[in-house]
Amino acid sequence: MNTEQLYEMLRKLQEPKGYFFNKDRQHVDRLLNSLLINKERYGYMACPCRLAVNDREWDRDIICPCVYREPDVKEFGRCYCGLYVSAEWNSGQITDQYVPERRPIEKILGPS
Amino acid sequence: MDIKIKMFTLSTCIYCQNTKAFLKSLDVPFDYIDVDLLTPDEKPKIMREIRNLTASVSFPTIVIGEKIVTGYRPDEIRKALGL
Repeated sequence: MNTEQLYEMLRKLQEPKGYFFNKDRQHVDRLLNSLLINKERYGYMACPCRLAVNDREWDRDIICPCVYREPDVKEFGRCYCGLYVSAEWNSGQITDQYVPERRPIEKILGPS
Repeated sequence: MDIKIKMFTLSTCIYCQNTKAFLKSLDVPFDYIDVDLLTPDEKPKIMREIRNLTASVSFPTIVIGEKIVTGYRPDEIRKALGL
């Protein structure tokens, strides 16, 4: 699968749910490429902006779309990586701002 | 520039890539570690190092002298560099 195929596949799945790709297509393509790298590396599309531990169960919360997308888009208009945004964010009604990490530190540090 | 810059990044993270490009555009030297490319043995040690620097372990974490900037935030980076 290439980024173009992934783009179309995800767009059809996510737009009806109210999640749109960032209008910056270059940013989106770079992220989709990173998702394909992680798919190859781990066997699942781990969030490119977070460190995966190569354990699908542990990383389940950060398999894209991550579980933090919903609260992040609700609060900031975009997900942590800036892959998915709301319609309002894309139209400029919401100012872009830094999205802080919402994943619990225990999960970030990995299984001990 | 005398300020030492060290970054903790992920090779797949676009904001990490943007931060590297931004620092290059400022023509300031920096070191970085792509944590996702480390061996499984090396990763926990580096994650603890980041944890000791900042409560929120996220990428990029940019150490600029004594200051820490998390995320791709050009204004914060400029401020930390005194630019």
